[in-house]
Amino acid sequence: MPNHDSHCHCHYELRCRECGRRWGNQPRSICEECFSPLEIIYDYDWIRYVLGEGAIDQRQASRERISRRPANMWRYAELLPLPEQFEPRLPVGFTPLFNAPNLATRLAGNGGAASAAANLYIKNDAVCLPTLSFKDRVVAVALAQAREFGYDTVACSSTGNLANAVAAHAARLGLKAWIFIPADLEPAKILGTQIFGATVVRINGSYDQVNRLCSQIADERHWGFVNVNLRPYYSEGSKTVGFEIAEQLGWRLPDNVVVPMAGGSLITKIKKAFDELTKLGLVDEKPVKFFGAQATGCSPISTAVKTGCTEIDPQKPATIARSLAIGNPADGHYAIKAIKQSGGWSEDVSDPEVVDSIRVLAETEGIFTETAGGVTVGCAGKLYRQDRILPEETTVLCITGNGLKTTDVLAGVYELEKPITPKLAEFESYLRHSVQPVPAGDEAVAVSA
Amino acid sequence: MAITVQIPTALRRHTAGVASVACAATNLGELFSALDEKFPELKPHLRDESGQVRRFLNIYVNEEDIRFLGGPSYAFQDGDEVLLVPSIAGGAQ
Repeated sequence: MPNHDSHCHCHYELRCRECGRRWGNQPRSICEECFSPLEIIYDYDWIRYVLGEGAIDQRQASRERISRRPANMWRYAELLPLPEQFEPRLPVGFTPLFNAPNLATRLAGNGGAASAAANLYIKNDAVCLPTLSFKDRVVAVALAQAREFGYDTVACSSTGNLANAVAAHAARLGLKAWIFIPADLEPAKILGTQIFGATVVRINGSYDQVNRLCSQIADERHWGFVNVNLRPYYSEGSKTVGFEIAEQLGWRLPDNVVVPMAGGSLITKIKKAFDELTKLGLVDEKPVKFFGAQATGCSPISTAVKTGCTEIDPQKPATIARSLAIGNPADGHYAIKAIKQSGGWSEDVSDPEVVDSIRVLAETEGIFTETAGGVTVGCAGKLYRQDRILPEETTVLCITGNGLKTTDVLAGVYELEKPITPKLAEFESYLRHSVQPVPAGDEAVAVSA
Repeated sequence: MAITVQIPTALRRHTAGVASVACAATNLGELFSALDEKFPELKPHLRDESGQVRRFLNIYVNEEDIRFLGGPSYAFQDGDEVLLVPSIAGGAQ
């Protein structure tokens, strides 16, 4: 049986987001009083004391203490709900944040290109280890708690990236993994789960139906469902995206963040991360606008933002952006709130726009992202054109997954040309008939050869 | 006509451990009235002070979210299975 009464003296515990009742630490995600979701709260005085090491300049001491640690998400351990004596087994996170001038030029248009080029950044979780999506962050925290609670089996409902991450982390930690997915998931994501030895259960239904089933299974079995009974711990892992953005910008907050939305959790957790860094004095307080990105074929949150609603009207997903295809987002209400209160906005893009945006990101910055990244880039372009994001503002786009997992959406986009024999003359002939423009300097050489 | 209502574990302490209830409700309003009568302690956990279904409670009829079936206006069919499911599962994105 899981040990549900562990770590009574932690610097964090569960609290209901609506009625405020505290629940200690246990595998539970809803309040039995009001049925609302639980979240983790922290003793910030303790964190401030531990990070500041009692120094007079606590800000500098805290920053230096963090920066001395290994370059992974565990450098923010005090701000995560981790068991005492926790020893990380995988170096997750601390993915690159870099300037994206070529993309900025394409998105911002001629008027603000130069300014945007200096101020647009990409947070690239397409290279997050070990499974190439930001889900490695949340799973790392959830499974740390799963072990603490005594589970020997972990599980999840997933649109793919989470499946990969749970399976890989479980393998590393010696836990059994049960993964529930919609039957029509991309083949690469299914294979990328099976390879780790996980049991994959395919469900004939949408992701929302898989979710509902997992809620019922979690009721019946003593399994650690990362996004059901471990959800409050799991979702805290998302904060590390926000911590890293601030640190990598030189301990300052951006003006804008563009975040893909499925269940709506990530955008709220990046906000929580910025709020915590501000509260601890690690960064200066400043307003940050949060912008949500969805696919038009599954856009319950962006629809609510655009129509001025505060509640979600669920949708039946119909989009190639399957990792975002959640028609009834559990954190939708909180995502709407975070966006509106920040002065941000939410946009959505069609499936053809998603594909075009994947190509634009690849061709301008050398990053091959999955469909969710295409959604983020496409929506960012709209936000620039609407002047909701201004070129002179520091803007971060969150790229959350790797394009190698969703190559099926690019089927037919590129054609393989007829191969040529390995002869110079044939290559010259190829050049003469090629539809590709030959660079001017190279053409002269080719002609004289 | 009879329908079945499945009570999630989180709410069973308000139903003396009962996990499944049969009733003859013809719509959502009647279903809540029937549950109120049978389990008075359950009422505040399903609806807020203004009588609205709590924001984080999802109601499914067989495999479908009741909001796709017309919500409060949906007429239950004989043999329908109603699930009360907290809105907690979901992606992290």
